[in-house]
Amino acid sequence: MILVLALLVGALYAVGTYLLLQRTLTRVVIGLAIMGHGANLLLLLAGGRAGRAPIVDGPGGGPFADPLPQALALTAIVITFGITAFLLALAYRSWLLRSDDEVEDDVEDRRIARLVRRHEENDS
Amino acid sequence: MRALIALPVVLPLLAAGVSLALHRRPAVQRALSVVVLGATLVASVALLVTVERSGVAAVQVGGWPAPIGITLVADLFAAIMLVISTAMVLVVLVYAIGHPRTRDHGLFFHPLYLILATGVAASFLTGDLFNLFVAFEVTLGASYVLITLGGSRDQVRSGMTYVVISLLASTLFVTAVGLVYAATGTVNMADLAGRVAALPDGVRQALGLLLLVVFGIKAAIFPLFFWLPDSYPTAPAPVTAIFAGLLTKVGVYAIIRTQTLMFPTDGGPSTLLLAIAGATMVVGVLGAIAQNDVKRILSFHIISQIGYMVLGLGLFTVAGLAGGIFYIVHHIVVKTTLFLVGGLVEQATGTGALSRVGGLLHRTPVVAGLFLLPALSLAGLPPFSGFVAKLALVQGGLAIGAHTIVGISLAVSLLTLFSMTKIWAGVFWGAPEEAPPLAAAAGDGRLSSPALMVAPTAVLVVLSLVIAVAAAPLWDLSQRAAATLVDPAPYVEAVLP
Repeated sequence: MILVLALLVGALYAVGTYLLLQRTLTRVVIGLAIMGHGANLLLLLAGGRAGRAPIVDGPGGGPFADPLPQALALTAIVITFGITAFLLALAYRSWLLRSDDEVEDDVEDRRIARLVRRHEENDS
Repeated sequence: MRALIALPVVLPLLAAGVSLALHRRPAVQRALSVVVLGATLVASVALLVTVERSGVAAVQVGGWPAPIGITLVADLFAAIMLVISTAMVLVVLVYAIGHPRTRDHGLFFHPLYLILATGVAASFLTGDLFNLFVAFEVTLGASYVLITLGGSRDQVRSGMTYVVISLLASTLFVTAVGLVYAATGTVNMADLAGRVAALPDGVRQALGLLLLVVFGIKAAIFPLFFWLPDSYPTAPAPVTAIFAGLLTKVGVYAIIRTQTLMFPTDGGPSTLLLAIAGATMVVGVLGAIAQNDVKRILSFHIISQIGYMVLGLGLFTVAGLAGGIFYIVHHIVVKTTLFLVGGLVEQATGTGALSRVGGLLHRTPVVAGLFLLPALSLAGLPPFSGFVAKLALVQGGLAIGAHTIVGISLAVSLLTLFSMTKIWAGVFWGAPEEAPPLAAAAGDGRLSSPALMVAPTAVLVVLSLVIAVAAAPLWDLSQRAAATLVDPAPYVEAVLP
């Protein structure tokens, strides 16, 4: 079970990284969300093997599951959720302003690229 | 005493909630922010005095003993950072109240600003790796909204870069926390100090590097700095100033805290950190020289200056780290001031592009003076605070024979001075090359700046002069703070008695 989960974590990170490298904003957002899932699953895995619920005076038998990583993962999920919602709002705003979904170049990068082009034209 | 450690986190957080409820009454909202941040500053200073007198203080929130409970720790380094950052937050708040662009967004600006203050304070005081993550997220969450508050096209574009890169760093942070927990079974930093040392070399180095990358993105060290000069300049001046002064420094603080506590070197300097420091300094200053906009030049300078702080850490001696701490304090004040002046220039002329402004020396001599002093201090000219900070670092470097990095840092200082004269010549001397935009000029050709914006800037300039004059006691304090970093036994004992 742990091996399956570990492979899943790897796959989620891979897919997330691939999507993050795309130029379209929606894919970047989805990529980040998937990568976040991978990270939360990894937190859960960090607690070791599954066990019975860690409740005082709960049903007996077998070792407890480690509750701390679960608490951490829960916090991380809430945070990722909030930030992803904000990111979506930002992507929507960007779409409203420009009616296209591509990530824009940095203004200064474009200016420097223009300068380089001008120099090359002068040289030739 | 126990409450004192929690106050800098709790006060602004509670006030943020109240402030949101008061959104219909902007005047009350403003007064609340000023009063609460003033109280926070008093609490921070009281905490610094307590820690200075009776050593590292720790409190277990909720009463659960460490390493299970939530730990807040204040050692001298954390207390110094807390005081200086709270002071900046308060001064920039006054500037923001006088700034027309933030006044329009008053509804959300104040609650967000208070949450930002909460996050920064929590980052300094937390004694737990996962809580550091939460504190970072609180800070970043507020900063995401603050940087895009206007909703203009430029802000959305650069805000997008900022949010995506920060979110990636946060995901890596969660990954790092998960791996640290899997390897050691704890996330309490004092507990980790002992347990990480017991790990196999390979695992320890991998964890150390992963955390360095996570905090390196936030601190904008080479080669993870590219997002900063693109995203900072589009926000309103007070927001950029507080980001420039504090946010990257929270990253530097986290690097210093984790590397000294959990991944110390075996006595010598850390070659990796020194190489990063050198590359960060050089790339940052070269980037600054290539730019043509006041805020962009200053943004690249942040990167260059981060190199000096990492240099102090890389030396791994008390003298080096003390120099680094002194440098951080000096840098926070001076950098915030310069961005506030950049805001004054923009306010007066409507633009920050060097080719479109000029001759401000005669039209606003006060602003020119407010720029000149911190600019010279940033370059490290005597008798300003930058000189003392750089001298400390150079001496620390020479003491252990790290000549190459000392040479690089001196050359970078010279280039810093060059790019500061570029701003001076472009903004304050001469005439604009291109037609100036509609300026808010008064009848006699002089430009007006709101007093509420000039006064806080002047206060910060005076503060940076005070740092230079009172260098001896501050240096003494930095050395004692550095001693606790090099030998973290008191820190660990305070948390795990």
